[in-house]
Amino acid sequence: MRKGISLSNTHRVILVAAAVTGLFVVLQALRSSGIITLYWSQVLDLSLIMTIAAVGLSLIYGFAGQFSLGHAAFYAIGAYTAGYITKTYGGTIVTFVAALLAGALLAGLIGYLIGLPILRLRSDYLGIATLGFGIIAKVVLDNSDKISPVLGGAQGMLGVPRLATFAWIYWLAVLAIVLARNFILSSHGRACIAVREDEVAADIMGIDTTHFKLLIFALGCALGGLAGGLYAHVYPFLSPSLADFLKSFDFLLIVVLGGLGSLTGSVVTAIGWTFLLEWLRKVLPQDFLDWRGVIYALVLIVLMIARPQGLLGGKELRLLRPARSTGKEGSRHASA
Amino acid sequence: MSQLLEQLFNGFQLGFVYALIALGYTMVYGIIRLINFAHGDVFMVGAYIGVFGFTLWGLPWPVAILVAMAACAVLGVTIERLAYRPLRHKGAQPIAALITAIGVSLFLEYFCSLKFVFGPDYRVVRLPFEVQRWSLGGASITNVQLLIVGVVIVLILALQYLIQRTKVGKAMRAVAQDPDAARLMGINVDRVIAYTFAIGSALAAAAGVLFVFAYPQLRPFMGIMPGLKAFTAAVLGGIGSIPGAVLGALIMGQAEVLTAAYITTDFKDAVAFAILILVLLVRPAGLLGRSGPEKV
Repeated sequence: MRKGISLSNTHRVILVAAAVTGLFVVLQALRSSGIITLYWSQVLDLSLIMTIAAVGLSLIYGFAGQFSLGHAAFYAIGAYTAGYITKTYGGTIVTFVAALLAGALLAGLIGYLIGLPILRLRSDYLGIATLGFGIIAKVVLDNSDKISPVLGGAQGMLGVPRLATFAWIYWLAVLAIVLARNFILSSHGRACIAVREDEVAADIMGIDTTHFKLLIFALGCALGGLAGGLYAHVYPFLSPSLADFLKSFDFLLIVVLGGLGSLTGSVVTAIGWTFLLEWLRKVLPQDFLDWRGVIYALVLIVLMIARPQGLLGGKELRLLRPARSTGKEGSRHASA
Repeated sequence: MSQLLEQLFNGFQLGFVYALIALGYTMVYGIIRLINFAHGDVFMVGAYIGVFGFTLWGLPWPVAILVAMAACAVLGVTIERLAYRPLRHKGAQPIAALITAIGVSLFLEYFCSLKFVFGPDYRVVRLPFEVQRWSLGGASITNVQLLIVGVVIVLILALQYLIQRTKVGKAMRAVAQDPDAARLMGINVDRVIAYTFAIGSALAAAAGVLFVFAYPQLRPFMGIMPGLKAFTAAVLGGIGSIPGAVLGALIMGQAEVLTAAYITTDFKDAVAFAILILVLLVRPAGLLGRSGPEKV
């Protein structure tokens, strides 16, 4: 807060809320007037859904340093759970909310249960274990028609009602970002960052590292599940490839390109990357469509070599940093 | 009983191919701590080149394998030079190199899918020799299986000799132990890393051609699953350890084949990873890996 305009916390909150609401009204108006075409509206929806899931992985990897190569598994769990509920119990607002909650909770719970054993592993080993979990999840989904024919197995699942409107997606994305910000700035969040910086030292300082790793892992997975639940109600076709390694890689890429430990970076990159990919699809002439994957890979390699620290390099928007506080606490922040 | 024996032969066939791929992973990881995700795609390129060798170019198949190995050695060194070395010299975080490795992997897959390269479709391969079956105690064993096991064992012994008895091998072990100290002793670390990539990629190419002998099909994405499983095998055996990689790969091959034969084919891809997770919980450094606290 070195050069910030002085505003009290309440004012700040009101200002931010007004800006966020204003943005929503503008976007909604542009959409209903057709200035943003249906196609780009869908891309916008998808980019916000990606944002929610990326914020989840950002907590797990960016802030707590727990390497996960299987985030898409939780996304798929959320999508299938939520889709199953609205498909079987009908698409009302009540079942929709219940479905989203159930998707997020189940993803969080499975994240917790799988985290109990595997979060003891470190760095690349944890990455491989989560990657393995992702592949197991995909194989289970491929055979999910044996659990319930509604889930469709390798054929994929059809017929989930399209209930997720832009308002739902937008406000849940805002909620996810606010939740993540407040978590990171809480004492729990600081404990998680301490684990990332140095697990042994954090342990010695009396931080229950296992507890906090599990907590943030479950929270991040739940956000992944929430995003999946929304996805299921935007795109009426769910396939087991949602849990694919490549999908997990997309999330990881967003978090790393955005800069580890930067919420702003994750959000901006999630939106930017989704739009970039769609734009590539539009801009390439028909004969060059095959080149999309090649260009994607090249862009990725060049960006990574040029900016290995991430595009925003750990910078954070003021809104997402600790609020201005008074007295001793403030000076402590300033000196930190 | 004879059926079990037959399945075990199949398991060895698969396991020995995985072992060759796993060696490249484990060598690279041992030296620069990078999961080289592009390795599975080098395997794919090797398979294509080998097949072109004994079909289009009319080479005898052992020569075709050698050509594929040489070509992939060059490919591996090129990848290291263009993608990984710049990052290493910048002192980037390991995750940047990992993402780049996945980027290289995607690049190879999509580039090879282009029509003027290998094309996106499946190709069925005609083998350069007749498949023969012999009966052994009621179980049948094929010449392909014997060929694979024989070639892999020869290559593993050659690699063991190279690493334990030659100057390059000594340099590799030194760099794996401590790159900075190795550099101070006058070892050209970058060159040693390039050698490692060349050798690992050549082994992957040989694995690719052998894999095609066993499962005669080609497609640009064929490297993903064997690559992941071979890496998992390397971790299972203890990454950085060459006997560990072979042991892990043999376990992986048997587990996959036996699950498919006796339990269900649906879960054959999952079982390898389930075993990995279970083993890592008991022995976090893998079966033959040296455990120790991770350097902070």
